[in-house]
Amino acid sequence: MEIDTSKVDEVIDSFSGDLSQLIGILQDIQANFNYLPREALVRVSERLEIPISQVFGVATFFKAFSLKPRGRHQINVCLGTACHVRGGARILGKLERDLKVEAGGTTEDFRFTLESVRCLGCCSLGPVVVIDNDTYGRLNQERVTKLLDQYE
Amino acid sequence: MITLTIDGREIGAQEGWTVLKAAQNVGIEIPTLCHHEALSASGACRLCSVEVTTKRGRNRVVASCLYPVEEGLNVQTNSEKIKRLRKGLMELLLARCPSSEKIRDMARHMGITEPRFRLEGEECILCGLCVRVCQEISEARAISAVNRGTKKEIAAPFYDLAETCIGCGGCAYVCPTGAIRIEDNKIRLGDKIFKELSPEEVKKVEEKLEAKERVPEKG
Amino acid sequence: MKIKTTEDLDELKKEGLKCLYPDNPKITVGMATCGIATGARKVFDALVEEVEKRKLDVVVSQTGCIGFCQREPLIDILRRGRERIYYKEMTPEKAVRLLDESMAAKATVDWGLFRMDGEENLIENETIRYVESHYGVGDNSIPLYKELPFFEKQVKIALRNCGFIDPGRIEEYVAKGGYYVLLKVLTEMKPEEVIEEVKRSGLRGRGGGGFPTGVKWESCRNAAGEPKYIICNADEGDPGAYMDRSVLEGDPHTVIEGMIIGAYAIGAHEGFIYVRNEYPLAIQKLKIALTQAEQYGLLGEDILGTGFHFTIKINRGGGAFVCGESTALMASLEGKVGEPRAKYIHTIERGLWDRPSNLNNVETWANVPPIMARGADWFSSIGTENSKGTKVFSLVGNINNTGLVEIPMGVSLREIIYDIGGGIPGGKMFKAVQTGGPSGGCIPEQLIDLPVDFDRLTGVGSMMGSGGMIVMDENTCMVDVAKYFVDFLQEESCGKCVPCREGIKRMHEILEDITTGNGKEGDIELLEEIGFILKEGALCALGSTAANPVLSTINYFRQEYDAHIKAKSCPAGVCSELVTYSIDPEKCTGCGRCVKACPAEAIVGEKKQPHSLAVEKCIKCASCFEVCKFDAVIRQ
Repeated sequence: MEIDTSKVDEVIDSFSGDLSQLIGILQDIQANFNYLPREALVRVSERLEIPISQVFGVATFFKAFSLKPRGRHQINVCLGTACHVRGGARILGKLERDLKVEAGGTTEDFRFTLESVRCLGCCSLGPVVVIDNDTYGRLNQERVTKLLDQYE
Repeated sequence: MITLTIDGREIGAQEGWTVLKAAQNVGIEIPTLCHHEALSASGACRLCSVEVTTKRGRNRVVASCLYPVEEGLNVQTNSEKIKRLRKGLMELLLARCPSSEKIRDMARHMGITEPRFRLEGEECILCGLCVRVCQEISEARAISAVNRGTKKEIAAPFYDLAETCIGCGGCAYVCPTGAIRIEDNKIRLGDKIFKELSPEEVKKVEEKLEAKERVPEKG
Repeated sequence: MKIKTTEDLDELKKEGLKCLYPDNPKITVGMATCGIATGARKVFDALVEEVEKRKLDVVVSQTGCIGFCQREPLIDILRRGRERIYYKEMTPEKAVRLLDESMAAKATVDWGLFRMDGEENLIENETIRYVESHYGVGDNSIPLYKELPFFEKQVKIALRNCGFIDPGRIEEYVAKGGYYVLLKVLTEMKPEEVIEEVKRSGLRGRGGGGFPTGVKWESCRNAAGEPKYIICNADEGDPGAYMDRSVLEGDPHTVIEGMIIGAYAIGAHEGFIYVRNEYPLAIQKLKIALTQAEQYGLLGEDILGTGFHFTIKINRGGGAFVCGESTALMASLEGKVGEPRAKYIHTIERGLWDRPSNLNNVETWANVPPIMARGADWFSSIGTENSKGTKVFSLVGNINNTGLVEIPMGVSLREIIYDIGGGIPGGKMFKAVQTGGPSGGCIPEQLIDLPVDFDRLTGVGSMMGSGGMIVMDENTCMVDVAKYFVDFLQEESCGKCVPCREGIKRMHEILEDITTGNGKEGDIELLEEIGFILKEGALCALGSTAANPVLSTINYFRQEYDAHIKAKSCPAGVCSELVTYSIDPEKCTGCGRCVKACPAEAIVGEKKQPHSLAVEKCIKCASCFEVCKFDAVIRQ
């Protein structure tokens, strides 16, 4: 699959090709393409002069990265301890049932990617769900479903 | 010259040696799985664990393949604690790779035949030796550890053929369980094929393996 | 302008004081993540818009987290010569009405949370009074800040500026004494003297290890090798802990100033702040702060004209709890996977790129400027014998006053839970408090008079950890809690060593069996055996402490494990396989909310008639339990 590798070079240049910023580089590339395309990883390996096996290892080690295209909207259900004792797992269960995907998966129409995350640091509001950049707290199973309507 | 005690024996060692090397140097056997003398040490399998007490009285369990020798160090390679730890490790490994002859043998030696855990069907114990051969000897860096935790596995980038593999067969040579092997002219780890070799290349590698040649020299 | 002298700093301080205490009324909105999550941004925007529209002579400002997260969004109003009033649970509509002074006065009794008659400048050991005297200007309808049980026992050192300054304005940090200490250190003190002071203060690492900070700095200074590196570990990963995030969002300069002082003491010129991926606001505030510090010559080349140079980079994490472990963090900075390595040769000697590296937690760095300003004697006068100073805790879970608190070491758990925390909501019973994150343990009722300090917590099978404190009530299943932490660790284990990768996996299997009614005799002993293998055999602290949550719950709540295994029951009513839902016909009003909520169509009933639940269809999702307003759904 063809991608615009100039975008990849732009990102690498914005970090001055600094190896200690590999994770930041990969995150910005992913923000650009909505996932980490193979060609992008190959380009990173060339530019930073590290083996592609190392880049692939890093890309699969960290939870932030996806090697497959993700949905238009990212749902993050907090499963931190505080949210857990306030019913976070039930919220995730509800979303899994509604969207017919498991945590980590993307809906067939690529509308949503459902993920769990451990502690966003809003414990007073638990259980918490973040959709894209919007944080929602004090949820229950009923309310969380309604939230999805505003995301096309 | 550093003097330390292993299992009650006072022995000498060079500065910079590990406890494992110092022990092996005088014929004291410590079990290992992820260790190879031609490669860097990893400390992943923990079988080489020993109990050490420093000159200052600090006591702990450490991986002997990595712990540097110290003046006055007191090492126990077979204390009750260590025996219990090794048995536990082998039980876990046997539950992971019940069909591996090497693992079964090692476990049986320690009195483990029936793990108390659900059996899996893995062959690879994730010792990492194959990756290190590829990094340090052939320098092809064709494979690496991928994913993390219980999903960790050895693979080539994108689960494809290993593009930079030079077909030296070093990974198959060092693999303690035979999980990586040369079969049907392919270097493979289970379903993952790293490289397809020509019959001539296979013959060369097999000859090397039969002759139990040392791990291929660098370059 | 590049600052070089005290006079230069004084100039900036003057500007800061004008911002902090303007002549015209100032309304400040708490805009840390907790505030924004509850709608603070909308409140802020509404205020800005209204002030513009009506051309009001009011300053609208923003600040970090003052700690009372349960009542966010919080705003405060400061009017010259009057007390500062804090208002709780604000909405755009309410906030806008407070712009009207008489309205604000009337609203205080209902919307007010507390008032302040002055504030502390900890660095300069001064109090700034808002009002000249107490007579005639106070509003007794709400308590003073220090009268509120939530704040009464708190002593803010690391959090001294959070909720009091705009983190985006370096001049406000300077107005509260910021960077004067740095100037003193660089121009009047030798590196060895700095290290001596930190050693004498007794400061111990606040990230969980509790290692004496001064000793660490000294070892790094004395280690052979160049260059040396300074690292700030902001990869706060313990679920339920957000202390570091609050410091970075509310007062990034205290960390920066601390790091520059540390770099000077150790002889390093390059610093890294490794921030967790999930903290975008903290990263944003840090970037602004670093840029401002550089602009004023407080960071970078020739700091304060002294010739000392030090730069700081921000590096983002990628979503891996294990990267909070120092060697894994450094591996990650080297462009590798976050796999820890053995620490027989410490990172102080061979760390990042095999060079001497000094890594400290955010909160540790935040304590450095106050220690250098007020002295080791002052700091060591707070706390207990072996745990000096204060500790920031995130008090969360089943507690009334969820929030961020900073208390002297030695305050008891009981005081924290009941006085500061306000007890358990819904009148429920306290069951346990979990400290130390996934490396820690659960502490039961009979031990809550325990004074909180490093050694006392370790003594009961838990640990201080980074400061997460999760309170659990009677409806918490302790076996489920153990399973929760094991589940977390299984996902976060790097997978390199056998004890952790295989051992945690098997602990999870056993706990899964126990919580689904498939537990058997011998399971507990097997869990304890795996615990032994982890403790002695694991490569890093993630693995070696992984069994703590399991072992501590077995220790203190054995009867719950037994109930699950022998009686196949979950006394707390949590483990869904072991729990049955039914409807109490006495309480059910037939409103039908449960029918609508049930995804399995397991509930039937006529309108206004008691409903009934078909157990064989029930998937135990608890939706009916959640929506019923009449407590008619029984869970047992």
